[in-house]
Amino acid sequence: MSEARQFKYVGQRSIRPDGFDKVTGRANFGADLSLPGMIWGKILRSPHAHAWIKSIDTSRAEAHPGVMSVATFDDMAAVSSESISAGEGATDLRDLARNCLAQDKVLYHGHAVAAVAARTERIAEEALDLIDVQYEVLAPVMDVRDAMEAGAPVLHDDMFTEGLPETPEKPSNIATRAELKKGDVEQGFAEADLIIERDFYTPTVHQGYIEPHACTVRYDPDGQSMVWCCTQGHFDVRASTSRLLGIELSKLKVIASEIGGGFGGKTTIYLEPVALILSKKSGRPVKMVMDRDEVFRASGPGSATRNHVKIGAKKDGTITAMQAKLCYEAGAFKGSPMMPGCMSIFTPYDVENAYVEGYDVVVNKPKVAAYRAPGAPQAEFAAETVVNELAAELGIDPIDMRLKNAAKEGTQTLYGPKLKPVGLVECLEAAKNSDHYKSALKENQGRGVASGFWFNIGGPSSVIINMHPDGTATVVEGSPDIGGSRASMALMAAEELGLSLEKINLIVADTESLAYSATTGGSRTTFATGMAVIEAAQDAVQQMKERAASVWNVTAEQVDWVDGVAINTTGDEKLTAAEICQGADRTGGQISGRGNINARGAGPSFAVHIADVEVDKETGYTHVVRYTAIQDAGKAIHPSYVEGQFQGGAVQGIGWALNEEYIYNKDGVMENPGFLDYRIPLASDLPMIDTIIVEVPNAFHPFGVRGVGETGIVPPLAAVTTAVGQAIGVAMYELPCSPPKIIKAIKDAAA
Amino acid sequence: MVSIDYQAPHTIQEAVSLLANADMPARILAGGTDLIIQLRGQFKVPHLIVDIKRIDEMMQASLDDEGLKLGPSMSCAALSEREDIKAVYPGLVEAAYLIGSTQIQGRASVGGNLCNSSPAADTTPALIAVGARCVIEGPNGEREVAVEDFVTGVGENCLEKGELLKQLRVPAPLPGSADAYLRFIPRTEMDIAVAGAGVSVTLDKDGNCTAARVAIGAVAPVALLVPEAADALIGTRIDDEALQRAADAASAAANPITDRRGTVEYRRHVVGVLTKRAAKIAAQRAKEK
Amino acid sequence: MPKAHVTTIVNGYEVEFLCEPHETLLDVLRNSLNLTGTKEGCSTGDCGACSVTLDGRLVCSCLVLAPEVEGRDIGTIEGIADKEHLHVIQQKFLEHAALQCGICTPGLIVSTKALLEENPDPTEEQARYYLAGNLCRCTGYDKIIRAVLDAAETMRAETLKEGA
Repeated sequence: MSEARQFKYVGQRSIRPDGFDKVTGRANFGADLSLPGMIWGKILRSPHAHAWIKSIDTSRAEAHPGVMSVATFDDMAAVSSESISAGEGATDLRDLARNCLAQDKVLYHGHAVAAVAARTERIAEEALDLIDVQYEVLAPVMDVRDAMEAGAPVLHDDMFTEGLPETPEKPSNIATRAELKKGDVEQGFAEADLIIERDFYTPTVHQGYIEPHACTVRYDPDGQSMVWCCTQGHFDVRASTSRLLGIELSKLKVIASEIGGGFGGKTTIYLEPVALILSKKSGRPVKMVMDRDEVFRASGPGSATRNHVKIGAKKDGTITAMQAKLCYEAGAFKGSPMMPGCMSIFTPYDVENAYVEGYDVVVNKPKVAAYRAPGAPQAEFAAETVVNELAAELGIDPIDMRLKNAAKEGTQTLYGPKLKPVGLVECLEAAKNSDHYKSALKENQGRGVASGFWFNIGGPSSVIINMHPDGTATVVEGSPDIGGSRASMALMAAEELGLSLEKINLIVADTESLAYSATTGGSRTTFATGMAVIEAAQDAVQQMKERAASVWNVTAEQVDWVDGVAINTTGDEKLTAAEICQGADRTGGQISGRGNINARGAGPSFAVHIADVEVDKETGYTHVVRYTAIQDAGKAIHPSYVEGQFQGGAVQGIGWALNEEYIYNKDGVMENPGFLDYRIPLASDLPMIDTIIVEVPNAFHPFGVRGVGETGIVPPLAAVTTAVGQAIGVAMYELPCSPPKIIKAIKDAAA
Repeated sequence: MVSIDYQAPHTIQEAVSLLANADMPARILAGGTDLIIQLRGQFKVPHLIVDIKRIDEMMQASLDDEGLKLGPSMSCAALSEREDIKAVYPGLVEAAYLIGSTQIQGRASVGGNLCNSSPAADTTPALIAVGARCVIEGPNGEREVAVEDFVTGVGENCLEKGELLKQLRVPAPLPGSADAYLRFIPRTEMDIAVAGAGVSVTLDKDGNCTAARVAIGAVAPVALLVPEAADALIGTRIDDEALQRAADAASAAANPITDRRGTVEYRRHVVGVLTKRAAKIAAQRAKEK
Repeated sequence: MPKAHVTTIVNGYEVEFLCEPHETLLDVLRNSLNLTGTKEGCSTGDCGACSVTLDGRLVCSCLVLAPEVEGRDIGTIEGIADKEHLHVIQQKFLEHAALQCGICTPGLIVSTKALLEENPDPTEEQARYYLAGNLCRCTGYDKIIRAVLDAAETMRAETLKEGA
């Protein structure tokens, strides 16, 4: 275990290996690759939220002199309904195909219907107008509550609710019902002195990555087709795209470009199979780049939810029972993050009696994708808000209330395992002892605290470390670097190889050059790929020790490895990594370390946030005046990038709490598909985001790492709205907590 | 993006001639921060684009005893750097400074803001509050209209074919006068006004308000001059009671819609708050003069 | 419409290009001049990823028509470093880990340079407002603002040293 280990490199705030390229404009992102002979693809999108496609006539577009190919659903390989792994969860292959290009029915405004590739982007856009599509317009259903009602328009007449005792006879919009329980909630509520239950609403939100989806592809009928795209997981792009095209994995090379943000939204495919079809039919490389409004209308936002939470507690603050009903919008196809919502909602609490039921419901909105701790912020917003109200009613400090009930080692989770050592108590104590929490508030200000939990995942990662004849090393990994993970990989490789950072280079290899590596998601990369780096480094070190041993005629066990130098423990000889690698051909050939693993034991990461806001009670304008994010990192490999994850998550959560929402009109058309009216936080909206890194090592990682990427978005929703509620004297249960809602709440309360 | 014939004349006469003789829809390009977005996706009809930024007088501003003569295409950033103008018309310059980000400021102009004729244009209520007038040049010569009469509807104004807004004239303020403009947005920057209020007041030596103009934006199809709100201030010392009456008058005059930026109820409410606060700032500034 | 011929200065060098009059400066930089360091995030002037300077003023290149730049002077991210030597702002962005994904970074660096040329000693609030048009979704801006203020301080010190 790592607790006693003294690190030489891990924990440094080093310069990231890809830094020079990123600050000079040299780094190549999704839209930055052009190929000789390349043409441009564009997508025709549905003007209706819900309609049958009666016919598609592409002949006029095909006749346009600049148009080189046209694609519709019929160009995809036949696929049947089948669950495949995709990024942070499973997806249905047939749904994926129908989302990339609609079959028979359009299910949301902006749903892809057909595509055109032409000599220029402009001609492609023009030619879209030459495709004649006949629709039979249907009534859309835009809210999970409406969609669950008996008479609601049904999106899929072949979808029957799963998870009920008996499969229903009629199709409905409810894809799945799920249930989790422990203990006896009725008994628990009977023991409570105070029970509070509330209804909550969270709107559809977007990850808001600044880089639109983009790809450049080249179809090659003989051998090697190529996809260059911005993705969190190029191996999973290959997996799903190859199925939709009907080609073998070895014949599709996917290259991950630099990625301009993802947050879960780039764990699936939209353009890639369409572009390949256009390339196949035109014989030309094809580039496709989404416009910003396409990103909003037709990529994968985060679920809107309607949730109900009921919690009971004794006078001393002991929580006796927790209960929730969680209804998640999946968008056009089943597969919302309802299940992780159910699993995470009460995990910060060591409570005996808990019950959660969840519903995964389709509506006429784009199919949701993962969004940072998918499903958890919506659910935990509800639970944390009710806990804050209970604490207030009982006259207990909200951190004390949480400490009294905090999940810890041995706590039985609702979703199955008992917790291993976790850092929630440490985070709560750090929050309580912080200068921030001890500081006084001013007039019109309020303070909110909330906890957050996210599981984190492991999974397969492949790493090769190539040792070069001069003793330098290249770490070949397969995890797209979405937030500076290469910096952490370099530190871990340096630590294990005993080589200084400047001797280590890193590349994110394409799908041909390395075995499968799972998508960057679930906060897995520094944990799982980091483990693979460590294993590959250990393998390389072992080989270098063996080579030195063979030179010295001793066994490898008689060789020590210190700071990149082999030392003969039976004599005084030394060989540096450079000397060993330079002579590698004489001792058995060149040296590569390999770490192909399936990482288990991802440690959950808990967080506690403190938010201070000031509300202008005449306008409802809310300003976050002070904010502290406290989170357990297990072991912070690169503290700056760990802090960056805390800060970025906190600010996305602040945006979700205060301003962000999809606004639809009655016809199901999104009215704010741009950064002008989908209001993500600006530099001028925010204070510095203070951080406290708590380190309770994860026993399953050689250095103690826990993923840190996602938990940080969970607490802000309740922390900020609780603070707003305290400032205005009225609790807020609907997001976003925007100025019109705040003024209405103040006026209603006064009336 | 539309097919365009791009022209960049160097004189107003050339520009007017191009516009008057255009055989396709013609648009005037100032900063382009609205126009270029609007042209995107409209590729069916070719357009004539007349870029007026190479006409020197459109890009300059002069201030003298008669008041301000503002070249309509001068960028908001350039205007904001003019401390002399800011000292006389702080509210107008504030309004120009509020439009968009630093990047938008570098291109957007007061004239462009007015000619785009959005109900939410920040500078329009500010111009109305200071009694600004539009000088329009056209094939038949020059004419002048008050700013409050320039915009005729959502995205519509009184410019006829071949006409061009060539100057904004703001009279020199009376002694003891000052202006202010406030708008509400949900964030600190980058948003379009949910509501806006421009106020100018004139105070006598004793602090009594002798004249006032109040204009509100984003709460009706066009920016509104609200004499009732001004009347609530005139003859008072602009105390809390007068401010509240002005606020109520502004709220009553508002005729807003519910959209992605706000509700009817909210806009009506907040335009009153802004009127009150802008009037208070204007009065304070007038006292300090 | 016929293509327009435009001559302009980009990062100190005269360049010529042909463009369709509807193309934007961003289109031309990326697709004709192969200067892909300037990024496209929205094409509506709302994200700042395409920030460049035009005659010294910060603008969104997506909101400039390509023919407008005839005879002008354009500065892009590719012109910030002195060949292999990073500008102080670039160095500070790296030291402060002021980027995660890096897509907003070119725009932010161009904007920061414009800020510090206008105001060598900005307050935190001034820096935050000046950069409000540069959206970053990864960092929460904390480390960006720290990098900007640190770069300002370093640049002021360098100016003093040069003066001395």
